[in-house]
Amino acid sequence: MSVPVRSELQRVTLTVNGAAQELEVEPRWLLSDVLRHQLGLTGTHVGCEHGVCGCCTILAGGRPARSCLMFALQAEGLEIQTVEGLASADGTLHPLQEAFRRHHGLQCGFCTPGFLMAALPFYRTAEGMSDQELREALAGQLCRCTGYAGILQAVRTASSIARERGQA
Amino acid sequence: MTTKLFGERVERREDGRLLTGAGRFTDDLAHDAAQAAFVRSDFAHARICDIDVSGALDVAGVLGVYTYDDLQGGFAERLPLLIPHRDLKSPRTQYALARNEVCYAGEVVAMVVARDRYIAEDAAQAIRIEYEPLPVVVDLEQAVAVGSPLTHSDAADNVAAHVSEMKGDVDGVLGSAPHVFKWRFRPERSASMPMEGRAVFARYDSGQDTIEVYDSTQAPTGIRAGLAELFELDWDRVHVIAPDVGGGFGVKVMQFYPEEVLVPWASRQLGMPVKWTEDRREHFIGSNQERGQIHDVRVGVDAEGRILTLDVRFLHDTGAYCPYGLIVPIITAAQLPGPYRLANYRYSFWSVFTNTVPVSPYRGAGRPQAVFVMERVIERVAHELGLDSLEVRRRNFIQPDQFPYDVGVSWQDGGPTVYDSGDYPGGFQLLLDSLGLDGARQQQAEARAEGRLVGLGVGCYVEGTGIGPYEGATIAILPDGTVSAATGLSTQGQGHETIFAQIVADELGVPLERISVTTGDTRRIGFGVGTFASRSAVVAGHAMLRAARSLREQTAKLASTTLEVAVEDLVFEAGAVHVRGVPEKSVPLGRLTLVSNPLRYAYGRDARFAAELAQRAYAKADRPLPEGSRPGLSALEYYSPAAGVFGFGMHAALVEVDRRTCNLKILRYVIVHDCGRIINPLIVDGQVLGGLAQGIGGAFYERIHYSPEGQIQNASFMDFLIPYATEIPPVELHHLETPSPRNELGVKGVGEAGTIPVPAVIANGLSDALGVPIDHVPLSPEELFQILHREPA
Repeated sequence: MSVPVRSELQRVTLTVNGAAQELEVEPRWLLSDVLRHQLGLTGTHVGCEHGVCGCCTILAGGRPARSCLMFALQAEGLEIQTVEGLASADGTLHPLQEAFRRHHGLQCGFCTPGFLMAALPFYRTAEGMSDQELREALAGQLCRCTGYAGILQAVRTASSIARERGQA
Repeated sequence: MTTKLFGERVERREDGRLLTGAGRFTDDLAHDAAQAAFVRSDFAHARICDIDVSGALDVAGVLGVYTYDDLQGGFAERLPLLIPHRDLKSPRTQYALARNEVCYAGEVVAMVVARDRYIAEDAAQAIRIEYEPLPVVVDLEQAVAVGSPLTHSDAADNVAAHVSEMKGDVDGVLGSAPHVFKWRFRPERSASMPMEGRAVFARYDSGQDTIEVYDSTQAPTGIRAGLAELFELDWDRVHVIAPDVGGGFGVKVMQFYPEEVLVPWASRQLGMPVKWTEDRREHFIGSNQERGQIHDVRVGVDAEGRILTLDVRFLHDTGAYCPYGLIVPIITAAQLPGPYRLANYRYSFWSVFTNTVPVSPYRGAGRPQAVFVMERVIERVAHELGLDSLEVRRRNFIQPDQFPYDVGVSWQDGGPTVYDSGDYPGGFQLLLDSLGLDGARQQQAEARAEGRLVGLGVGCYVEGTGIGPYEGATIAILPDGTVSAATGLSTQGQGHETIFAQIVADELGVPLERISVTTGDTRRIGFGVGTFASRSAVVAGHAMLRAARSLREQTAKLASTTLEVAVEDLVFEAGAVHVRGVPEKSVPLGRLTLVSNPLRYAYGRDARFAAELAQRAYAKADRPLPEGSRPGLSALEYYSPAAGVFGFGMHAALVEVDRRTCNLKILRYVIVHDCGRIINPLIVDGQVLGGLAQGIGGAFYERIHYSPEGQIQNASFMDFLIPYATEIPPVELHHLETPSPRNELGVKGVGEAGTIPVPAVIANGLSDALGVPIDHVPLSPEELFQILHREPA
């Protein structure tokens, strides 16, 4: 059997939560691994490594993407957003995060960052969705703890929290 | 007293960090640690002829490659049998690394440690193992048939244990009963599947000869005790911490998985931190599963559907090894009668080895099978006698005035199974009222008139919770007035940091946000048992209550001398001790901690104040720290329940089978649930609703499918289908609160409840919808297709 040869490191610039980061990565390194273990952004979790559970969901160029199905090199030039970038610098939770807390949208918290990132692009329109539409919009994410009830309620009501704050 | 927090819908203390990505799961730690990868058997049963690791050693970045021959001392022994039983005649547990023979596909054969996981997996692939395949047995009935292949080549047969118990006169009543029926039921293999797999990170310090292990486990105290023994180290030198854990559902209560022993061992061998994080494929083939049983039931009934006797013989699939003893089949046997009076009941089970992943508890732990069998029996009895199955249930319920009620067979702790309290007819009536039985029946009739396949399913259960042996709690008041509490059991999402803080807050009169709770850290408290069997709120909850009370007494005594008033005149409120009726006379709790600690040196913000108070507090003492007192305010207490406490519930579902896709659609789902007094409704609702979703998976989607060769055919999330939000219906949830008379708070466990009756409810609903008995779970659209086309409804 041939012995696999370790591939060469390559330079890449990743823009994560607004900050550009220069890194050296192996071409085979997954974006999820690089976010977690090179950049220390461990909020992005890895649940299946085959793109089904959605725990590793991030935003790449504003759209949800499975970071376990991307190589870090593929993220060059894309604006990457992770859960660490959601709350304000002063620690104020994003309306989605606040809604998850109010409605018990998380238990163990492992799938939560993926749900937050998956919901981020559309939560403002969630109030007007039917129950079925909202379930389908979130049907790329697995949760083993909550039975989804709290998550659905949280995503549906997050924009009202944003409005509350606007009025405050 | 401050507003009572017990019973309040309090938002969770743990959410802040988990929502912001600041949680700390095991794989989030130590990015520079060496990484382990494992070589697992490709064969379900084989002899290991030769292992050639030279290819792995050649890979740059590899730090160590290990097989069985590298293990010494206790590490070379079989892993422990956790729960022995007198009838467990032929127990088997596995070696940390397989020795000579592998008995399931996935059994660990070799370990590689390398600079990173990519390299470790490269090297693992370069290890060559020569196997001689041996005959495989997967099918439970085949496993007990004469001439079956043997799971372990040196065993006499595949039976680990045979256990039987009887209440009353089963044979006599079977002989005289007006009607006797015989049926077979088959709940099949499934799995917990938490979103986070298992993970272990170990850091051995050769200078101090200490080891610290972070483990995604439900039982860190047990892991610590076991590792201390294996490493031949004092307990003080071994610490195990369960940090944030991404779900457990039973699979992580198993101790020890091979990796939990090997990763710490490798850390000592190499003198460096080592980490291993399970990937999903490893979880499918290397983490325990449950549920596979075959039940043969004989039931004797009268013409009104009263069950006169029940005789159940069942085979329990324990997989290739039985590290968890007989707990699962014992629970099945004891919980099978559920809420029904059975004057004459006998069970006999055989725990059977097969060449499959080992079996240990998965949420519900034998109960979903028990409830499935009993509730299908009720439905089939009603069908045979032409009776309404709801009425048959009513005729057989244990009545509210019959508690305590002795089921008549042994409980999992070895004691009798005695229910403490409940109201089964009341709960059932609430269920039917909430459902609106007439309306539901009419909806069903209208749908059927349109040619739709709609059925009503009901299921009732009793769940033994809150078992011993014990849990402990330690609580301290810190100088800044915050309260720090810890218990030994760990948390996988149940909200322990919140509910324990609620209990402590009520006792000490401290605002919730000033209380922090640590779970699963042996550095804080070394004695404890673990999070399983829906026991944490009951057992650790009362340990917290006792520790808080003891701390309150201690604090009151000190406050009484400090404030120069009688203890009876003190009020604990808003983080301070007040004199009743004299609002301006009070002392903050943190100051009392300072007072209790007569320091030689005055430093810190409150030092001057404290010195003054201390003078007063200890004015009459003959020394700075009077005899019988100690510095600091803290308490450590334990709680050991005399017996379990039994929650109950009943579910109803209106289900439909889509004729075109054969998929299951749940039109309505109603739950009535009783876990005694509720500490936090937000969390209890979450537990029940999450349990329901897992139950729906177990009823319809999540069957672990083995080939006859012992290979799992659906070992990925693309093939083993966990429900998404689209598969889970909106739920109507109602609570009853029948307090337990067996403990002060009146609480019962809730963690597993939601899951337990669901396979029975769905199977009953599908049987009703299709007009054919559904006697096995989990089902699938494919199976419904076959049923529909075999027997058009």
